[in-house]
Amino acid sequence: MNFHAVKAIYRYEMARMFRTVVQSIVAPVLSTSLYFVIFGSAIGSRITEIDGVSYGSFIVPGLIMLSIMTESISNSSFAIYFPKFTGTIFEVLSAPVSYGEVLLGYVGAAATKSVIIGTIILGTASFFVDLEIAHPVIMVAFLLLTCVSFCLFGFLLGIWADGWEKLTIVPILVIMPLTFLGGTFYSISMLPPVWQTISLFNPVVYLISGFRWSFYENADVSVFLSLGMAVAFLIACLAIVRWVFKTGYKLRT
Amino acid sequence: MIDIRDLTKTYAGGFQALKNVSLAINKSEIFALLGPNGAGKTTLINIVCGITRLTEGKVLVDGDDIVSDFRQTRAKIGLVPQEMPTESFETVWNTCRFSRGLFGKAANSDHLEKVLKSLSLWDRKDTKSMELSGGMKRRVLIAKALAHEPEILFLDEPTAGVDVELRQDMWNVVKSLRKEGVTVILTTHYIEEAEQLADRVGVINNGEIILVEDKKKLMREMGKKQLMLNLYEELDDVPVQLSNYNLELSRNRRRLVYTYDTKGEHTGITDLINDLRRSGIRFNDLQTTQSSLEDIFVDLVKKT
Repeated sequence: MNFHAVKAIYRYEMARMFRTVVQSIVAPVLSTSLYFVIFGSAIGSRITEIDGVSYGSFIVPGLIMLSIMTESISNSSFAIYFPKFTGTIFEVLSAPVSYGEVLLGYVGAAATKSVIIGTIILGTASFFVDLEIAHPVIMVAFLLLTCVSFCLFGFLLGIWADGWEKLTIVPILVIMPLTFLGGTFYSISMLPPVWQTISLFNPVVYLISGFRWSFYENADVSVFLSLGMAVAFLIACLAIVRWVFKTGYKLRT
Repeated sequence: MIDIRDLTKTYAGGFQALKNVSLAINKSEIFALLGPNGAGKTTLINIVCGITRLTEGKVLVDGDDIVSDFRQTRAKIGLVPQEMPTESFETVWNTCRFSRGLFGKAANSDHLEKVLKSLSLWDRKDTKSMELSGGMKRRVLIAKALAHEPEILFLDEPTAGVDVELRQDMWNVVKSLRKEGVTVILTTHYIEEAEQLADRVGVINNGEIILVEDKKKLMREMGKKQLMLNLYEELDDVPVQLSNYNLELSRNRRRLVYTYDTKGEHTGITDLINDLRRSGIRFNDLQTTQSSLEDIFVDLVKKT
């Protein structure tokens, strides 16, 4: 294994995060805090509890998921798209590194950033609401699975995109609606039966539900099903990444 | 050091950039690959470096296959690309350290310092790439390519658009690399550069290698020499008795140009001078010129 290469990519990407600390960390933390203020206070004053949990506490897992999903996609897609855009990707393509090592460097760094953001948001939330984590190990498992899967998804997006518009169109038009409709701010059981059924086609529902279960033991779907869906999403992303690297799709001519 | 066998590259659109190219590059030589735009130079380099996939054929680097043994082959190669892609927000030092790590080498500040000093970049090591001039960015790319101590260095038009000072610096770096045993493959539009640096020259056109030759031998064998005689008096025409020499008379009718073969045992110069004297044609000065590599290159490309 080319350990030095993995370290070089990882360190380079982490340095980028610290160079743009306002954009990378402060911005997502601020926007999440605003969600707490607006949704937690304004809506929370009308919906006091959901399944025995105060509304402010109820939305915390969903907000963390919302942030780490969008940040994971944004970080990893930018990490691979920018070298493609500037042309510096030639160096990675000509280096003695395997695809796995490239992934480990880029996705590892992007996932680390997402975990840092998730942890900071969790810490920030504890200032606004009472928090309890019933199953910390499961919580960490969901956090890591989601970060890695969405970083892989973002990596694929960065390879596929051949313009800035394509890079932003998927997060805005696909991921954002899925996360907002995935039970971030409500329980699926609050929806009419038809919409409950439709919601089950949204993969984000399973991630948020499972993550929320690790906090309050409340879930819209079985935690095992949630875990299974998270693993399935990870495997699907890995399979597509493998195909991309094998065929050289949009990387090597 | 590099053994290219029957290499073919056909792009997705059907364009055949390389057609059965075979080429052997020796260890520690400076090989200049010349060719017009679109000839296939960059495609060839990109395939050897692993950036572009080959369609057919085989490339061996120090006996290792570039596809199956890519770790060994790529670790030995450094590439200075034609374009100038730089990590704009990174400092010179960090970007070079990144390159070294990427190619599997542990950090070595002494080596990076030596490379940066040889390229006059040491006092700019903490400057971001975006704040550097074009020439300085080119130096950074060379430093990055040398950061992992490659045994083979590809320079794809390294002095395109740079000033004379950098070109001279570059040439000095290339010469010192050869002394250290590094194999250098150079593509350039400045034929003068190949003439100055190369041990051997390859000419590629339309995806085919049309010539590979020792530079000195090439210039000796394909080069022409001309003798120019400045006349005392104007001539109306070349006298009939001198017609065997195929002399050219200049427009101002005061210069005769004689082209002769440098390979030939008899250049005919002595006979010409004797015949000129016999014809009563006097001259007050003479000079000889030799055709440059550029002339030879242009002739070769025109023929194909």
